[in-house]
Amino acid sequence: NEQINGPAFFFPWFGLDIGGTLVKLVYFEPKDITAEEEEEEVENLKSIRKYLTSNVAYGSTGIRDVHLELKDLTLCGRKGNLHFIRFPTHDMPAFIQMGSEKHFSSLHTTLCATGGGAYKFEQDFRTMGDLQLCKLDELDCLIKGVLYIDSVGFNGHSECYYFENPTDAERCQKLPFNLENPYPLLLVNIGSGVSILAVYSKENYKRVTGTSLGGGTFFGLCCLLTGCSTFEEALEMASHGDSTKVDKLVRDIYGGDYERFGLPGWAVASSFGNMMSKEKRESVSKEDLAKATLITITNNIGSIARMCALNENINRVVFVGNFLRINTISMRLLAYALDYWSKGQLKALFLEHEGYFGAVGALLELLDSA
Amino acid sequence: MPNLDKWGISLNLSFIFFLLTGGSLTKLAYYSTVQHKVARVRSFDHSGKDIENEPLYEISVQEEITARLHFIKFENTYIETCLDFIKDHLVNTETKVIKATGGGAYKFKDLIEKKLGLKVDKEDVMTCLIKGCNFVLRNIPHEVFAYQKDSDTEFRFQTNHPNIFPYLLVNIGSGVSIVKVETEDKFEWIGGSSIGGGTFWGLGALLTKTKKFDELLQLASKGQHTNVDMLVKDVYGGAYQTLGLSGNLIASSFGKSTTADKGIGPSGTIQLQCFILWQGEVQALFLRHEGYLGAIGAFLKGAEQDNPNQYSWGENYAGSSGLMSTSPDVYPMQRTRSGTFDMLEMDRLERPLVNLPLLKDPSTYIPDTVDLTDDAMARKYWLTCFEEALDGVAKRAAASQPDSIDALQRAEKFRQKYWNKLQTLRQQPFAYGTLTVRSLLDTREHCLNEFNFPDPYSKVKQKENGIALKCFQSVIESLDSLGWEERQFALVKGLLAGNVFDWGAKAVSDVLESEPQFGFEEAKSKLQGRGSSAAVEGPPHKCALIFADNSGIDIILGVFPFVRELLSRGTEVILACNSGPALNDVTYSESLIVTERIAAMDPVIQSALREEKLLLVQTGSSSPCLDLSRLDKGLAVLVRERKTDLVIIEGMGRAIHTNYYAALKCESLKLAVIKNSWLADRLGGKIFSVIFKYEVPCK
Repeated sequence: NEQINGPAFFFPWFGLDIGGTLVKLVYFEPKDITAEEEEEEVENLKSIRKYLTSNVAYGSTGIRDVHLELKDLTLCGRKGNLHFIRFPTHDMPAFIQMGSEKHFSSLHTTLCATGGGAYKFEQDFRTMGDLQLCKLDELDCLIKGVLYIDSVGFNGHSECYYFENPTDAERCQKLPFNLENPYPLLLVNIGSGVSILAVYSKENYKRVTGTSLGGGTFFGLCCLLTGCSTFEEALEMASHGDSTKVDKLVRDIYGGDYERFGLPGWAVASSFGNMMSKEKRESVSKEDLAKATLITITNNIGSIARMCALNENINRVVFVGNFLRINTISMRLLAYALDYWSKGQLKALFLEHEGYFGAVGALLELLDSA
Repeated sequence: MPNLDKWGISLNLSFIFFLLTGGSLTKLAYYSTVQHKVARVRSFDHSGKDIENEPLYEISVQEEITARLHFIKFENTYIETCLDFIKDHLVNTETKVIKATGGGAYKFKDLIEKKLGLKVDKEDVMTCLIKGCNFVLRNIPHEVFAYQKDSDTEFRFQTNHPNIFPYLLVNIGSGVSIVKVETEDKFEWIGGSSIGGGTFWGLGALLTKTKKFDELLQLASKGQHTNVDMLVKDVYGGAYQTLGLSGNLIASSFGKSTTADKGIGPSGTIQLQCFILWQGEVQALFLRHEGYLGAIGAFLKGAEQDNPNQYSWGENYAGSSGLMSTSPDVYPMQRTRSGTFDMLEMDRLERPLVNLPLLKDPSTYIPDTVDLTDDAMARKYWLTCFEEALDGVAKRAAASQPDSIDALQRAEKFRQKYWNKLQTLRQQPFAYGTLTVRSLLDTREHCLNEFNFPDPYSKVKQKENGIALKCFQSVIESLDSLGWEERQFALVKGLLAGNVFDWGAKAVSDVLESEPQFGFEEAKSKLQGRGSSAAVEGPPHKCALIFADNSGIDIILGVFPFVRELLSRGTEVILACNSGPALNDVTYSESLIVTERIAAMDPVIQSALREEKLLLVQTGSSSPCLDLSRLDKGLAVLVRERKTDLVIIEGMGRAIHTNYYAALKCESLKLAVIKNSWLADRLGGKIFSVIFKYEVPCK
């Protein structure tokens, strides 16, 4: 294992974000490997590279988001592709086991990891995989990742986008947004739970608040209410449901708008409020319940984000996190709700790499530490 | 409506109002005129008669009509019974419209209109809620409490700040509304959430086999949310230290129910938890009567022509169900009861109540000396003490109305009612706000009134006033024969000795029952310790305010000679007595007669009355204790006009159980004789020890 470039440039380059539900892994695949290097590259390093880049699925649950791959990226003077891989947190032991079998520890002295799991699984990494984790704060990593990915762009396209006419199916359009001057920024990270950060500069940010009603709540409740077993299934059901059968709207109570306080009749007054009645419980479908769950969680996050933005006097709100993955219903609703309730003062922004910023941040920390 | 037709009170509904929640509970507010008995005293015409063997004045019991606000909360299933009740009592009303608000206003509109033949007029819910909130904040001391999760005392009551604005009202109904309230009429909706009570109920009904709200709450209390929720420690293995988030915080609600291996049993329970992280000075406060705000507010709105806001109101402890513990594990039965049928009654007070202008800091003034919700030992003692005294009180009540055929029956009903209140308080000390000796005494008075014992001590007071008046002149003569310094001591001693004569204190009432000849001089000799004349040294005061205590010897031989001395020094005197009867305390109307009689004997008092240097006022209270933040407005005006610079508070109830720590802007003298050996022990003295507290505010 004689390397001349110093320890930080040991391949492989990984960034790991171990969340409550999902593990996000980013892997930098060097494309500028010289013949000499190839010669020197140890066998198990090569096998890891081949394994990760030639597959799009790993085991029964690991998935590589091929469409997110960043091509021809230059990192620390090396050219390569950045790969985005995710698997459920409950498969963490199997992942550590695999690392151990592939003698990962012989390649690398430290692995940069963030998220709560970096703490929770630290012991397992050490005992099972003989690996020393470099633990990083998840919010530091998140911001670092967001700023970096936005700056390099998405293979020539804009990383950041917004929705124009979010409620009008015909006219709704996804449009690029230039986040060149990002500050100040409200960053809403929707994972299993939700954290809301006010970011004033690269180094200056604070966690304003959070809520435990997040992606995990949507998925968990959907499992209980509909018997579904995957996030994708839950979203698919939601897309065919009608939440107004489940929720009690302002107009259900007032017959129309609640004018005294300027609340429109279509606004939800009580999520799941119709389910107090037996007849209505019997008349709703699983799809309706899934949709209502999605709307409830999304509205709640939107409303908290709006109040934070108001308090912090910030008008750009960036939503990230894996709750938004393949979840256009929520994104459009957030875009609409923020616009409507703030009377056009607030703008909801989204990023293509939704849930991977923490992992990217961890990778950048690894390279920075050199 | 079982509890409405109370004995002896005839309801005459002049105004009614509904709050119909869309969910399960209906709240009914109505205004009734309550006819009840009051004791009145009237001076005889004594001119030119031999008054030696005549009673001092005439006592009569009269019917009085007072206004009372009733609030009832019951399950919607009783609505027809309720409408029948209203129909039966809907007399003498000119109202052709009934006000209703809430979702149910639509649902039950037709039913109400058909049954009562009245038009239903809908009011805005939030406006009503805010009006109601302002009303209870103004009129119910100890309305507001903070909830303490990990503490012995579940609830901590706050004293009402004189200025209630601004506040944030977070109304958790089926959804949640957040309203910023800046003044009576200025408020705005600043946010809300659709995740509220309806969500808990709806989701609960979907996820469990339980379909009723109260049962869901019960079920939730038995459940363990950590089986379903993903906690910070589930993600981090411990706390998230960088942010200072405890491991027990929920990271993702229901986040664990996704994992297949952690199945949830068929009757699995859920718990929705709401975490509010307040920062800085913000505190989450709750209201004792949260459920009634809408009904109260809508009522106030409907009754605007009567302008209920111009009056002061007092919670009637006898007619109100108390606050129940939030912990259904402890008292499941009571919880269920309170959820389905609950009452609040507020009496309209004759006159508006305000702060004593001399309070140093009205916002921090707490009348009561010991918080019995906090002090378990004292609580136990006092509850037992009131229990033991109860038979005697009931007996005296019955004996006070020898001509009434049902006095015994009513006395027994009173005994049972107060006994039950005491038992409730033993289990739930916070049921009516902070538990204090004062609230125990006041509750007893309210219960006595409810069963038409308006003044059980009226005859005792009459007799003692007569006896004491006969001694007045000789007491004055012996005082006048003393030198200045000696006289001051004798006056203070007399003031204290008079205070021994108190039927409210068990130790004394025993002596008075067994030794009717027990005299003023003997009382003086029983006193432990001595007062000081510090208060009357130095230049005379401009005006002294005296809160009197007992009838008879106390007021006539103790207070009046002292008043006379003050007047001779050129100090004006405002003598404040209770508006209504409480124990053997002298009432305002009794004080008028007594003063008149003294004036006839004493030229100093006579000229002072004529020149308005001695002024008699009422306190606005009918309590043996004294709340300086709720005093008659007339008294407050007078205190300000006369530039009062000395306040004298006399008696255990007013100077020890309450106001012992009260800080005033002017000099004050608090004096009492401790007529309770437990309390004497606790304060480190003996029974009949003297409390003499002369305080000069620091400049």
